[in-house]
Amino acid sequence: MKFKLMVTALILMSCESASYTTSYDNAPTQPTPLKSGTEFLTPETRALQSDSFANPAFLWVDRGETLFFQTPISGQACSNCHTESVRPLKDSATQFPKFNSKTQTLFNLEAQINYCRVTYQQEPQLAYETEDLLALTAYTASRSKGRPLTVAVTQETESNFKNGRDYFFTRRGQMNFSCTQCHDRHWGQKLRGDTISQGHGNGFPAYRLEWESLGSLHRRLSDCDRGVRAEPLPLGSQTYIDLEFYLAVRATGLAVETPAIRR
Amino acid sequence: MKHLVKRRDILKSSLAVSFSLTTPALALAKTDDMTAAILDTFGRLPKESDAILLKIPPISENGYSVPVEIEVESPMTNKHFVKKIALFSDRNPLPLLAVYKLTPRSGLAKISTRVRLGGTQSVHAIAEMRNGDLISAKAKTLVTVAACVIL
Amino acid sequence: MANNIRIAAPKTVRKGEVIELKTLIQHAMESGYRVDKRGEPIPRKILQKFECFYDDTLIFEAEFHRGVAANPFLTFYTRAENSGILKFRYTEETGEIFEDSVEITVK
Ligand code: HEC
Ligand code: HEC
Repeated sequence: MKFKLMVTALILMSCESASYTTSYDNAPTQPTPLKSGTEFLTPETRALQSDSFANPAFLWVDRGETLFFQTPISGQACSNCHTESVRPLKDSATQFPKFNSKTQTLFNLEAQINYCRVTYQQEPQLAYETEDLLALTAYTASRSKGRPLTVAVTQETESNFKNGRDYFFTRRGQMNFSCTQCHDRHWGQKLRGDTISQGHGNGFPAYRLEWESLGSLHRRLSDCDRGVRAEPLPLGSQTYIDLEFYLAVRATGLAVETPAIRR
Repeated sequence: MKHLVKRRDILKSSLAVSFSLTTPALALAKTDDMTAAILDTFGRLPKESDAILLKIPPISENGYSVPVEIEVESPMTNKHFVKKIALFSDRNPLPLLAVYKLTPRSGLAKISTRVRLGGTQSVHAIAEMRNGDLISAKAKTLVTVAACVIL
Repeated sequence: MANNIRIAAPKTVRKGEVIELKTLIQHAMESGYRVDKRGEPIPRKILQKFECFYDDTLIFEAEFHRGVAANPFLTFYTRAENSGILKFRYTEETGEIFEDSVEITVK
């Protein structure tokens, strides 16, 4: 059976009139009212997300929980260092991406988890998008479920913020689109049978029906880049982490929904 | 992961204009294929009946995972019970989706699951009763994004 | 790590009560129609069979085809006759078996 690829062209946004002006301070453009991606799903898909048994993302969360309590050869399980009272993780996902003072870099959850593995567990780094890294990230993030994002720009993270914001506003790909065109200006509208949301990362890692799997926010970002026929960046790259940071600041106040279901 | 085979139902919108460079060769399963699959599974064709309740959302935003619920009226005793329930798609190239075998120990002939659907279509549930009756019900769903991988 | 299986069943029930059983398993149900990042076809690999045993009696069986969604989800029912073990067994087309069980107590 052979099928031809359907080529979908987006034409509307190329005939925009005015260019977008942003004030170059540290305030992101925040769509109003702020709406999580969940609000753009059908009731059936939302029901799947809130079903704590049938939501397939919990298969990864369960696995992450097992890994969290598993003792590696070095003897230090994640759970040894992170308990309810010592370095608890229940609010962590609301603060990420976060500046790490030891490495002087901006970490997303995946980077922090890998840092703990290498530095504190003497375990090898987990490659991006592997089942184990997804599982640990989903488990960690799901512990902040329901709590609002509180990421703010500081002196240390100002350059990350700017880099992320630039990426968000730069047109790219054969279709010459920027993130802001879809997610700030056209959210709520239809695109190829999909409804464009405000482009928040608060549900990730999320189970996308189309992936038939759990996936990271960076995988979603690379799908958006590919969607405009641009070359996506490597998952876990600093620019995607900076973009993730911009998105988190932009989504301040939205609750963590991991593990979400998306189309 | 990319899909080898990709075909999307396009919703007309102010944002998207779609065209295909070449006419997509649609290899949709015909109703004949489904009939053949039913004959293959049960050896004969069923009668439509109200004794089967088939629930499927009228709009499925994604064909990769469509919830389906089937309930067959039956006392589920040793004498009267549902032996087998099968689910068919009238559009997927492989019309037979799943088969369930029940026993009097089931107590209730009710099943729910999630299926892949390659486009807007009717899903058919067929139940074979202990006394030999073969009954069916169907329900339609509009699939916004098809599960192309299974075509 | 083995494929995760989730099972939901009531822990204690009344004799003769009809109970709902739910199960979810992590499995790609690879249809054989997808390609990987390098464009190589991913070989077909699906779960073909699900069986539920009440102690050692087969009480429910399902046959899966490619049209069953990835990470298969299934709910069905059974009449609880006695305290015992419910075993959930999935068989992949490679012959590999994934299994888990739960205990129920009949009062
Ligand atoms: C041509 C329009 C378009 C462009 C340009 C675009 N996206 Fe998207 N984006 C979508 C669509 C469609 C979806 C899937 C539906 C939705 O919005 O949740 C999506 C989803 C997302 C999501 C997931 C939202 C959720 O709740 O699951 C995020 C995050 C996102 N985009 C960020 C970005 C970023 C960052 C960029 C720029 C690198 C970008 N997008 C560029 C159309 C676009
Ligand atoms: C030997 C102790 C130790 C182990 C083992 C360890 N961590 Fe950590 N973890 C830390 C310390 C110390 C920090 C503080 C920041 C830093 O040092 O990077 C931290 C920070 C974190 C944070 C950020 C917390 C926040 O709110 O800022 C997360 C998330 C985290 N660890 C997850 C994990 C996971 C998941 C594992 C297992 C894979 C793990 N850690 C294993 C010691 C440990």
